[in-house]
Amino acid sequence: MAKVKSLAELKAMREKLQSNLDLREKSNDPDSLVQIKVAMATCGIAAGAKQVMEHMMEKADELKLGIVFTQTGCMGYCHAEPTIEVKCPGKDPIVFGHVDNNRADEILTKYVMNNEMVDGVIPVNYETI
Amino acid sequence: MHVLVCGGTGCQASASAQIIKNFEDILAAKGLQDEVQVVRTGCFGFCEKGPIVKIMPDNTFYTQVKPEDVEKIVNEHIIKGRKVTDLLYMDPENKEHVADSKHMGFYRKQLRIALRNCGFINPENIDECISRGGYEALGKVLSEMTPQQVVDEVTKSGLRGRGGAGFPTGVKWGLCAKNKCDEMYVICNADEGDPGAFMDRSIMEGDPHSIVEAMAICGYAIGATHGLVYIRAEYPLAIHRLQVAIAQAREYGLLGKDILGSGFDFDIELRYGAGAFVCGEETALIHSMEGKRGEPTLKPPFPAVSGYMAKPSNVNNVETFANVPIIITKGADWFASIGSEKSKGTKVFALAGQINNVGLIEVPMGTTLRDIIYEIGGGIKGGRKFKAVQTGGPSGGCLTEKHLDTPIDYESLAAAGSMMGSGGMVVMDDTSCMVAIAKFYLEFTCEESCGKCSPCRIGNKRMLEILTKITEGRGTMDDLQELRNLAAVIKDTALCGLGQTSPNPVLSTLDNFWDEYVEHVVDKKCRAGVCKKLMRYEIDKEKCIGCGACKKNCPAEAISKTDYIAPGHKLPSMTIDPSKCIKCGACISTCKFSAISVK
Repeated sequence: MAKVKSLAELKAMREKLQSNLDLREKSNDPDSLVQIKVAMATCGIAAGAKQVMEHMMEKADELKLGIVFTQTGCMGYCHAEPTIEVKCPGKDPIVFGHVDNNRADEILTKYVMNNEMVDGVIPVNYETI
Repeated sequence: MHVLVCGGTGCQASASAQIIKNFEDILAAKGLQDEVQVVRTGCFGFCEKGPIVKIMPDNTFYTQVKPEDVEKIVNEHIIKGRKVTDLLYMDPENKEHVADSKHMGFYRKQLRIALRNCGFINPENIDECISRGGYEALGKVLSEMTPQQVVDEVTKSGLRGRGGAGFPTGVKWGLCAKNKCDEMYVICNADEGDPGAFMDRSIMEGDPHSIVEAMAICGYAIGATHGLVYIRAEYPLAIHRLQVAIAQAREYGLLGKDILGSGFDFDIELRYGAGAFVCGEETALIHSMEGKRGEPTLKPPFPAVSGYMAKPSNVNNVETFANVPIIITKGADWFASIGSEKSKGTKVFALAGQINNVGLIEVPMGTTLRDIIYEIGGGIKGGRKFKAVQTGGPSGGCLTEKHLDTPIDYESLAAAGSMMGSGGMVVMDDTSCMVAIAKFYLEFTCEESCGKCSPCRIGNKRMLEILTKITEGRGTMDDLQELRNLAAVIKDTALCGLGQTSPNPVLSTLDNFWDEYVEHVVDKKCRAGVCKKLMRYEIDKEKCIGCGACKKNCPAEAISKTDYIAPGHKLPSMTIDPSKCIKCGACISTCKFSAISVK
């Protein structure tokens, strides 16, 4: 990666990266674009987030689902760790709490594959600037 | 279509299970069970207006729904697509019905500024950070602002130290910038030590780039080229993510020589602490980084004059830094428009204890304790009674029901006898003994006292001895007075902030829970049943059938036979000798006849 030389370059870079992200989020190809974020701060990992993420990646491969998995920081729902956010194309992201391997399977097979909601949705209770 | 019904404790208590059943039955009767799915969710944190029903995908938010309202919702909303107006949430200010949960005031109770990227970006990927505007503030100050303008902007924003004391950040930067020197340091205090607090760890693990960027901005403002992060070694993931962030920033030329072609050099190093509470005090922190013992020294000289290696240094807390980039990009006026008169912006709290939605929250300054506990926190676990909330950790105090409407800002909390602190917030119900809580925090301070000054080293020890005496039923009324005397002396004479604030948990509980102290001293009673030595195990001689199971299980041989045989029973009942009883509770768990109780 070449060094960023100026503020203008940084801004151009932001636009490019943003459109990459948008492309990931808004494209019309529904099969490849489900995004799952796993809250992985120390506490989430201690609650089992890492195993669940690994399990979900295997399961998604097995089911031939094209899902982008991302680790992220604390979402703030300590009472419901491990937590994941599932963003299906064209829909609002949904946060699920207390996700163990079984729940992960349920979320993949029911919500991601068939748009069937599963219990244990965590309502997002904050605004982010 | 999805129907989300709140399954939190509060809503369940007000018939949400029946609502779910009604939805399922009515939808099935109309043959809609395949098109509309009913789901139970976690707590919406809006228990006051429960039960909550939310219809997706149009985000319609119905409040105070009764089981009999279900038919109407199905007929009107689900079948005909018309919202049921009288069940919509009503805005308390303009008395208008709000259909869409995104526009509800309640969801503006939490505002994530310092945590803006936490749980949103991949913290180990600088591109995701840049796509959210990361490093633009650094670009802006380097190409468009003078160092003095940066200091002025931060001062104008009203940002104050988030480590707890609340010193204005811009003023601190300005003081340091005046002491121009060939070598100056920007230090990030990541020595988060309050029991149960993890705000700073979450920021470093979720958005490490915001810290890197803010430190570089601070370096430019005060004229420093070196940055140091003092972080405790027991935060391995935070350390890892900071290291990754620093390496990526260097690779992109956002740290190192000639940043963004401006000629400004800045780089950051990590220093690991061994996890001593006192090292969160800035002078002790600096000594620890220099390889000396982590002990505080008298101020002045302030670090701004003589800090790390006797060079001018500026020390700020992690959360303080996390606010800086956004102040630069969005402007001081924007930041100053959030919060209360003297405390601007937001504050992150680690909400813990006997509360339903334990979590990491961020609220605008001025939010009341009641909003945090009952709305965001979803109320007390198991529907029990709220007793106290502890803020500020070992330096803070316990507030009670009468303080619930206190707005959270530096001044109001101090006036109520606690303090902002770094952001620990522990909620307690009636199963907590306030004397035991005060003792817990004092044990912590005694353990963490560096021992340099005698008021803290010896004074706190004496206070702990008195509290132990009280919790063991040996206290006198004179002891309570002695606690106050000692507290006053320690407050006035201890060397550093840790010592000066260490009596706060005792003082605030003495003020707010005086009755409970008196009960311990005079009646030898602990109403919460926490202080073991004050408990008495008793056998109800009428209920005891004399089987002797408790006697066999007692490890202290405190149980013996009496001469009394209760009517209807064949064997003599048992009794407990309080002088031998160790209050282990083994007898209670073996008695099949509920004949043993704790008094």
